[in-house]
Amino acid sequence: MESILVLTHADETGSALTKASLEVITAGQVLAASLNAQLAIGIVAADPTHLSKSLPSARLLAVSGEAFVQPRYATDAAACEALCRTAAATIVLAPSSSRFARVAAGVAHRLGGVIDTHITSISGTTTIEATRWFYRQRVEAVLTRDARPWLLLLDAGTHAPFAGEPAKTPIEHVTVDLPAPRTTVTGIRAPKQDEQTIRPDAKLLFVTGAGWTKKQPDGQIHVAEASGLILGFLHQTGASLGSSKSLVDQGGEGNSVLPFLTHLNQIGQTGATPRHAKGLSTCCHGEEPHVVGWRFIADRRAISLDANCGWTRGKADVVYIADAFQVVAKLNDLLAAKKA
Amino acid sequence: MPNPLHIVVCAGTSPDPLQTLEPVTTPSGPGLKNELVLPAVLDPWAASALYEAAALVAKNPGSKLWLVSLGPKAKLQQVMMTVAQKVPFELVPIDGPIGGFPDAHSTAAALAEAIAALPGLDRTKLLLFGGWESATRGAGVTLQIVGEHLGITDQFQGVDQITLSDDGSFEVLERIEAGRHQVSVCAGTPAVLGWATGNLAEPRNNPQVGMANMRTIMPALQKAKPATLAPNGLSYVSVSLPKQQRTTRVEKNMSPDEISAELVAWIGAE
Repeated sequence: MESILVLTHADETGSALTKASLEVITAGQVLAASLNAQLAIGIVAADPTHLSKSLPSARLLAVSGEAFVQPRYATDAAACEALCRTAAATIVLAPSSSRFARVAAGVAHRLGGVIDTHITSISGTTTIEATRWFYRQRVEAVLTRDARPWLLLLDAGTHAPFAGEPAKTPIEHVTVDLPAPRTTVTGIRAPKQDEQTIRPDAKLLFVTGAGWTKKQPDGQIHVAEASGLILGFLHQTGASLGSSKSLVDQGGEGNSVLPFLTHLNQIGQTGATPRHAKGLSTCCHGEEPHVVGWRFIADRRAISLDANCGWTRGKADVVYIADAFQVVAKLNDLLAAKKA
Repeated sequence: MPNPLHIVVCAGTSPDPLQTLEPVTTPSGPGLKNELVLPAVLDPWAASALYEAAALVAKNPGSKLWLVSLGPKAKLQQVMMTVAQKVPFELVPIDGPIGGFPDAHSTAAALAEAIAALPGLDRTKLLLFGGWESATRGAGVTLQIVGEHLGITDQFQGVDQITLSDDGSFEVLERIEAGRHQVSVCAGTPAVLGWATGNLAEPRNNPQVGMANMRTIMPALQKAKPATLAPNGLSYVSVSLPKQQRTTRVEKNMSPDEISAELVAWIGAE
């Protein structure tokens, strides 16, 4: 019989569990119910006392202390290993957060178990079947494993966050033998608040392609105008900004670039595959943004001058054959007027 | 003050991103149609790791760079014809299966065994590099497990920058949520760094570097040890291409005013 442990961790404030952690709790509840299995929840936090008050009925385990404020391999791997050994679970679910993605495979190795990551769904009543993508979201596979313990990292946005009735179960504190720390987290480096263009919680993903920095009908390049239009759109809509590889790469090739774009904005084969309700691509002409980059975008539209772009056909819901400079300028005016 | 480093880069191959992929069933499990003849490249994020490693080696006299790669010998040879022209390295090939479907734990064990057996490797100076995820399996687990096999407990994933200090410590920038970087300082080697894009452009092809590399690459490929990867209880229920094909409405005759009005309504709609 299977037993399930859900690993969770506090957010950067330390005052709440991350949204991704709450999503995995939902997944754990569903799986435990379908397998008629016992559910335990493990917490990694400096002080888990107040975090446990919002959790469902389950065995609650926690590692705590100042060492667990900072996300780093040595301490987080030791914490997760201790929680897994104490719970003696056969199935361990955890969020694919940067914190747990950094350590989960190492933990699986220490436990003599196995791991699969980027899981988008879990099903099965007698055997557990996990769905994930291969070849950068091009091939979808359903897999299962006999080996235990089996750690499964779930992608964010695949389940609703737990919001049920809290059970106020007392916490069992788990002690951890920590190695002498050799790594210290010294801070977070982020763009200034008004320059941050990556917004995971935004409803809309706005994708820019290399066409924004190409010669326009007057024979000139209009990078400054493109920058203004794109930033104006982001300001009006609160959208998250994605980019094609070719546009980001132009910076390294000495060409005119949009100054706010970095490789972190890149979507597709060597970039992110974000989850948003809607996506609007502009000046993109390739597979990367239209197929790989918005695999998890529900409602997709594109503005392109290329009426024959094969990558948008069958991938986008609507394609407008138009000049993105003109359309986005009008769009920004309308959005500003609507706000006013 | 120079800090000689021993950098081992783990890098696989992946189909060229422009290729169309079609899953098929093979006697050894799922695979891709014509996988062995599809044009291939060095895995993109692992390639970033290789270029960053070469830059570090160039800045730190006395350092050494190995490239450990698991795949069919013929495929490795094809990819090396290009990669060898980029930066100087010593290839350590492992003759094994291709693609993203073999088990990551077995892959990691084979890589760790090869690294542990490297003649002249000083593990106290070791920086184990690779891509934070591959373009094939895309799991982000292999490098971590290799690190665990080698007893390395300072690991970083999604790395975009490393800055070495004179005292041997180094600062690392790791990608975290919402387009930010976590900044960490590690006391020194050994460490594992799974690279994202980094900051370096792809080096230009240098035929002289290529010729020097190929002198050792070809004999190494001939002597590549075979590796059989156990499935570790992994089995595939199904492997398929996404079926969803959308009915695309193509609007060729709408004015910018009409398009923007429609988009405003679309953006505002729940």
